[in-house]
Amino acid sequence: MNEVILSLMTFLPLLGVFILLFIPSNNHGLLRGFTLLVTVLTFLVSIPLATGFVTNADYQFILNMPWIKAGPFRMNYNVGIDGISLWLVMLTTFIMPIAVLSTWKAVDQKVKGYMACLLLLEVGMLGAFVSLDLFLFYIFWEVMLIPMYFIIGIWGGKNRIYAAVKFFIYTMVGSLLMLVAIIALYFKGMSAGVTDFSLLNFFGLNLDPVTQTWMFLAFALAFAIKVPMFPLHTWLPDAHTEAPTAGSVILAAVLLKMGTYGYVRFAMPLFPNAVEKFTPLIATLAVIGIIYASLVAMVQEDVKKLVAYSSVAHLGFVMIGLFSLNQMGLQGGMLQMLNHGVSTGALFLIVGFIYERRHTRLITDFGGLSKQMPIFATIFMIVTFSSIGLPGTNGFVGEFLVLLGSFESSLRWYTVVASSGVILSAVYMLWMFQRVMFGKLDNPKNQKLEDLSGREIAIMLPLIFMIFFMGLYPKPFIDRMAPALDKVIQQSRIRPAIAATVQPVMQITPQGDMPEGNPAAPEGQPAMPAGKPAGHP
Amino acid sequence: MDTIAIPAINLAVIAPEVVLSVVAMALLLINVFVKGEQKGYLGYLSIAGILGTLFTLIPAWGSSVEGFSGTVIQDNFAIFFKVIFLISAVMSILITDKYLEREGCNQGEIYPLILFATVGMMLMASGTDLMTIFLGLEVLSVSLYILAGFNRSNIKSNEAGLKYFLLGAFSTGFLLYGMALTYGATGTTKIAKIATYISINGVSSSNMMLVAGMLLMATGFAFKIAAAPFHMWTPDVYEGAPTPMTAFMSVGPKAAGFAAFLRVFLVAFAAFKPEWSNLLWILAVLTMTIGNITALYQQNIKRMLAYSSIAHAGYILVGFTAGNAVGTAGILFYMLSYAFMNIGAFAIIILVGKKGEENNNVSDYAGFGYKHPLLGIAMCIFLFSLAGIPPAAGFIGKFYLFSGAIQAGYIWLAIIGVLNSAASVYYYLRVMVFMYFKDPVEDFAWVKLTPAFVICLLIAVIGVLVPGVLPGLFLELAQKAVLM
Repeated sequence: MNEVILSLMTFLPLLGVFILLFIPSNNHGLLRGFTLLVTVLTFLVSIPLATGFVTNADYQFILNMPWIKAGPFRMNYNVGIDGISLWLVMLTTFIMPIAVLSTWKAVDQKVKGYMACLLLLEVGMLGAFVSLDLFLFYIFWEVMLIPMYFIIGIWGGKNRIYAAVKFFIYTMVGSLLMLVAIIALYFKGMSAGVTDFSLLNFFGLNLDPVTQTWMFLAFALAFAIKVPMFPLHTWLPDAHTEAPTAGSVILAAVLLKMGTYGYVRFAMPLFPNAVEKFTPLIATLAVIGIIYASLVAMVQEDVKKLVAYSSVAHLGFVMIGLFSLNQMGLQGGMLQMLNHGVSTGALFLIVGFIYERRHTRLITDFGGLSKQMPIFATIFMIVTFSSIGLPGTNGFVGEFLVLLGSFESSLRWYTVVASSGVILSAVYMLWMFQRVMFGKLDNPKNQKLEDLSGREIAIMLPLIFMIFFMGLYPKPFIDRMAPALDKVIQQSRIRPAIAATVQPVMQITPQGDMPEGNPAAPEGQPAMPAGKPAGHP
Repeated sequence: MDTIAIPAINLAVIAPEVVLSVVAMALLLINVFVKGEQKGYLGYLSIAGILGTLFTLIPAWGSSVEGFSGTVIQDNFAIFFKVIFLISAVMSILITDKYLEREGCNQGEIYPLILFATVGMMLMASGTDLMTIFLGLEVLSVSLYILAGFNRSNIKSNEAGLKYFLLGAFSTGFLLYGMALTYGATGTTKIAKIATYISINGVSSSNMMLVAGMLLMATGFAFKIAAAPFHMWTPDVYEGAPTPMTAFMSVGPKAAGFAAFLRVFLVAFAAFKPEWSNLLWILAVLTMTIGNITALYQQNIKRMLAYSSIAHAGYILVGFTAGNAVGTAGILFYMLSYAFMNIGAFAIIILVGKKGEENNNVSDYAGFGYKHPLLGIAMCIFLFSLAGIPPAAGFIGKFYLFSGAIQAGYIWLAIIGVLNSAASVYYYLRVMVFMYFKDPVEDFAWVKLTPAFVICLLIAVIGVLVPGVLPGLFLELAQKAVLM
């Protein structure tokens, strides 16, 4: 049973697409309801992953079957998860029903196509997270592009065609170069006895530093575009602004994580020498990204664009955390990925709510909404705090761990600069919140706004719950990802022979203390019962 | 001097060619008795003939039989290519009938001509003697000149026929001159014996006649496969020719050109490989880049696909440059999948088009995806496959071609290749932008969707998706068909 869970989960939405084809396209209610059902089922199927997960560094729920066998190539259908992909998979299945619910009113044309695209997207995302075969991963990685392209291009805003094509081509260039690197890696591996594309084969390879450099560059470029890192981020604000709400939510919550996930899973452990060489460069770009995106976010007129730029800044923190290459940094980075998924996803939903009501997203069109929409104001505030990283919310834990970890690493001075990003994020978020929610309710169009409906509250509740749960009690998350991350750290450092002389500063905190002594979350423990690890309502 | 001996006749080797020729000649006769509006039945007869040919062809798989004193061979390589030719012929015939009716040039001769062209292609794939290859090429070319200009009343079709004839004759001249010089240098036209001659006498640059012969033959083949800088004829011919024939020309004859090109260079000139792979490297880069960049600017979808087919020849040349088993298998697999995706795309172009070759601009596709959802999805599948995006066959093909290049150490060539591939995404996406992202401007007055079209599209969709998702079997066959 355990072997098939992942495949069942991954391809359930695909089955949904086939059934969807036979539902009459004018029966919007049924189309939406059915898609919701499929995504909820997928979520339910994924729950045993979290409950049945054994806390260690190994891949679990593995299914490994021969798939393609031709000439020198062996590709396997090889899926499995470890503590890293577990949470990203859960995040995906958790966010999908929310994304579907958010489209209830927003999308009223070509509903069938939209729902099919959402489900296909889910297949691609889940597949990419669970693949343990490089070739399989690449297939899912590319498959993701197609539905997203249509989601932005068909149901997007005014400038949607430009945004969709830009999104597609940016991602395509990066991933094709990665493909060349994958093939080259395979041939390199073949001379060392590798017989198929399974990821595990490639971790042990002792590649020479020059090869590593080139391959790392190819992988890193593909992932950097997806993250996105400065200066490759320009597709993101366009894509986010033009995409419909559900598209933005998925893009922010899951698709961007593909990039950072790629670093943790592939680029870092595969090429340790190159990691050492490029850490300063990547940290520099990440820091520039944080500061630059925060400054740009500050001057945005459009709420959605502001949130989009805040994404770039947040993912800069993730990158710094990952490349600090120590336990706290990586845990913080991973946690921050999940946090960003929840809180930025929630922010895009909120932007969607007011856009549906007013058909504008300009900050100047609003003001004083809190009087008219008290529930909305409360929710918006909680999410804003989470995005800023206020203690008690999830954002705090991740950001704190990232900064702590990177401060202890060779990236100390980068951390100092990056920390100002925390302040900047408070500035732009709170300022935006103030201008939208407070002040005089002087625009007559705003005076008739209705507060959130039951459906909208229902969408937000799970996210609010997660914001607090992960903020107050992150232990279940960190515990499960820690062993896998330790392994990544070990793999991403230069191999033992030379490792002793490099990076002695990294391990200030003794290893053993980490799992229980999370410095970030002691205050939360009494508040929440140690409930189900997945923590979903 | 040998005494003149009657060569051992082994009809089994050329059985497929014989069957198809007989069917074609019979159709020419039957055509006289068939009334104008019923010419379409000739198409079904010719498909029956092709299926019969397939039955004589398939059992030969796995064996390698020579015939007629080693001038033809029936090996896996030839059989794989012949299957590609036959598939492209069947698919083109399926979409021909209604098109001719709409354009008002419903002449029954088109079917025998397609069959003769196919016989020519099959001879090219089988030929192990420069003369056989040349004969096949001539049979193919002469039929194609007529097919390109088949729509007599359309001035563009006339232009296409004439242009193709002039440039084709010119390039045939190059090829023949190259063959003559090679014969002069080595004293034989048999491919295997040329290889023996070179291996005995060594590769010496002093043998200028042989080198010149090789270069001239490369030029001739480059014309036939429309590699840059010898591609100038392609867009005009593809645009002007009747669309089903464009579909046919862009697949079958190109594959045949590659078949002969591969056999001559991988076998006869194997010893010159370091030299010719440098040459092909340049050809590949030029062909991909020129094809893709020019395609970016095309408004007419037939022209766009013409330039895209130039670019695809470039990708195939990447595998050819590698010259190893993976690269060659990649060529075979790619040609097969290219047949499905390209003819599929052309089938849709025919459906959207109007009488007199109108409605062929990309902007005419506005809203197409909503008017005809299923056809829209089919077109998307073909375009994504052409762009090389998984899980379509086009991706696996490109993967294999570029893998070959990487394995042979041509990393930069592979990188240039994938960057080209990324650029090509733009113009394929542009069609989809119009299909889905723009509102329809006018109603489509289009050809009725006949069963023949449906079958053709089904074959194409299956042919793109099945090898895309489960490529193992097809790749294994391609691996078995390589010339080494």
